[in-house]
Amino acid sequence: MAEEVLEKNNTTEKEVQGKKVNQELPIPYQVSSNPHVRSKSTTGSIMLMVIIALLPAAGFGIYNFGLKALLLIAVTICFAVGTEALCNIVRKQKQTVSDLSAIVTGLLLALNLPVNLPWWMAAIGAVFAILVVKMLFGGIGQNFMNPALGGRCFLLIAFPLQMTNFITDAYTGATPLAALKSGEAVKVTDMILGKTSGTIGETSMIAILIGACFLLITGIIDLKVPASYILSFALFVLVFGGHGWDPAYLAAQLAGGGLMLGAFFMATDYATRPITKWGQIVYGIFLGVMTGIFRLFGPSAEGVSYAIIIGNLLVPLIEKATAPIPFGYTRASFKAQKKGGKK
Amino acid sequence: MPKFSFAGGVHPNEGKDLSKDKPITDLKAGKIMVYPLSQHIGAPAKALVAKGDRVLRGQKIAEAGGFVSAPIYSAVSGFVKVIEPRRVVTGDMVESIIIENDGMDVEVNYQPIGDWNMASGEEILKAIQEAGIVGMGGAGFPTHIKLSPKEPEEITYVIANCAECEPYLTSDYRRMLEEPEKLIGGLKIVLRLFENAHGIIAIEDNKPDCIALLKKMTREDKRITVKGLQTKYPQGAERMLIQATTGRKINSTMLPADVGCVVDNTDTLVSIYNAVVEGKPLMERIVTVTGDAIKDPRNFKVPIGMSYQEILDAAGGFVTKPEKIICGGPMMGFAMFGLDVPSTKTSTALLAFIHDEVAHSETSACIKCGRCVEVCPGRIMPNRLAACADHFDSEAFVALGGMECCECGCCSYICPAKRPLTQSIKSMRKIELANRRKK
Repeated sequence: MAEEVLEKNNTTEKEVQGKKVNQELPIPYQVSSNPHVRSKSTTGSIMLMVIIALLPAAGFGIYNFGLKALLLIAVTICFAVGTEALCNIVRKQKQTVSDLSAIVTGLLLALNLPVNLPWWMAAIGAVFAILVVKMLFGGIGQNFMNPALGGRCFLLIAFPLQMTNFITDAYTGATPLAALKSGEAVKVTDMILGKTSGTIGETSMIAILIGACFLLITGIIDLKVPASYILSFALFVLVFGGHGWDPAYLAAQLAGGGLMLGAFFMATDYATRPITKWGQIVYGIFLGVMTGIFRLFGPSAEGVSYAIIIGNLLVPLIEKATAPIPFGYTRASFKAQKKGGKK
Repeated sequence: MPKFSFAGGVHPNEGKDLSKDKPITDLKAGKIMVYPLSQHIGAPAKALVAKGDRVLRGQKIAEAGGFVSAPIYSAVSGFVKVIEPRRVVTGDMVESIIIENDGMDVEVNYQPIGDWNMASGEEILKAIQEAGIVGMGGAGFPTHIKLSPKEPEEITYVIANCAECEPYLTSDYRRMLEEPEKLIGGLKIVLRLFENAHGIIAIEDNKPDCIALLKKMTREDKRITVKGLQTKYPQGAERMLIQATTGRKINSTMLPADVGCVVDNTDTLVSIYNAVVEGKPLMERIVTVTGDAIKDPRNFKVPIGMSYQEILDAAGGFVTKPEKIICGGPMMGFAMFGLDVPSTKTSTALLAFIHDEVAHSETSACIKCGRCVEVCPGRIMPNRLAACADHFDSEAFVALGGMECCECGCCSYICPAKRPLTQSIKSMRKIELANRRKK
């Protein structure tokens, strides 16, 4: 609507209070409503920052698991971007691939896959993520679920064996988190460095945190969601983990599985986290508790993906409950004003 | 020094360096002066002169058209050429008095009220009302009404709004440096009206020289404090300013007087000083002419009624043809249709940009990044409100607090998808206000 108004102002002459109809009014200047300046950041520049921030994790994955990891990353990115481009062409919409968000989705999906996964399964996951989770709901910003996680969970259900096969030449044992669950000893330092089995991008806590710091410093994300997520999860593990105050166990829980990748790169996904300040904190705490429940009481050692997806579904409710109180009101006076409907 | 501020806000490119070191220069009035009868909020003024009449500089040419209104004075001597509708900055046609300047500058005899320390409150208010003073920061609300709240003894703060948070503008900055005694004098006169009030001069900390100067000059005065505010747009918005300086909060349905505050802009206070001490009505104001398309960015003391074209010529004209010209600052100013419009009491600046960022930025879908919610000083959710506005859903719009928007423009500025959020919300507010008036 606003754009139409702008266009109208620019091209047609205005009728003025019925007083005097204007003669020709050529407008040699751009006329639009305030403000007349815009910040530098764009959707594309934000997505580019996220891609850069994912590079350490991706790079470590390739170093750790070999060129097969690079192949999977390339496949998911190509299929994600291709699917989005095709969707736009079929639906005769403006092409949106230049906003780079499909690359982020493809890259994130690959980082959440085991390196042994056949490439065509990864491709199906990427197509599902973009086509079903994102484009069918209206494209960027309209998806109610994180596309990469949607794709991953789809693959987990469709191909459970291949999706949980983490055995490679280098790593023949279980993932550290599964080992932890069955009571085996794990080496926390290996987990922090990332020299363990797991999905391509989740193993190295250090690589993920380097990228996360980059996003925090550049202001792309803030600490509200990740901090409340990680802290509440840590608290949950301390209380219900059955290990009491055991720093090694706690550290292994924090460094293991997809927690760091999920907390900093997927729980912070703009479209699927609440936009209100308190909503983000509530959402983070919810994710922490859910992850704790899934990891400690569920059949699988993992829990981050499902926790975030369930959290995504609650976002509209959380946002509604945590809507900010306009400046100059208290919660009560704003309610009264709404009821009274006075000016 | 504690930082006084509010939550939210943005940091646009300041651009003040272009004109900040250019002293205020007097402009000579042009041949033809145009005085729209509506230069303020409220009823239009009523013309007191007719075609062919001789007028003097400082002569009242139109009287207030009601209580919420203000008289208008001629800044030149000459003859009334005609009274007819003329185009003003906003693009509207407004009934205007057109005066042909005879260049002789014959002035009326001004009648100051003498020692204002001895004058009664009514006398001072009368002088301010008669001088045609309105809020000169841009809103144009008649000042005498602001200064006559129901319970004057309840007013505990008089705030001089010297924040000048709009990027590029330097008119208040120059005023403070060059005529600080008038600013302080004006504030003292207003304080005279409110016995229980304390004066605060609120300045953004990107003007440390002004803060130091005014602090030095008011050191002896127990009733005046100078406060340095964090440099952040919209620090000078009335509601944000009151909160930053006093901690008190008002919403859109309240007036500053409801929390015991009166806020006046720099130029307004100087005009009050001129009116009360020198008996001079409001005839001139400071206008910053700046932007990358201006050859010689300057600060001018402009006789009100002069056309923008003449003001521009005084600044050397354009370097190259700009894509956009703006009356006021880049965040809240009006984009102008052309330069053949008169300056008024609320003309703060003429800004010309070679490149119009808005025309060249492409709008894309909202990615729900939440930046608009983060920066909104009104603590509302611009993305949701704009969506309501685009669907003409006035009920949801009001329920989400859409009427609390102060149209500062922070959301549109920050939006990475370049969505015209402020514009959508602004149009919906206008529609909603119009509907309420109908009822």
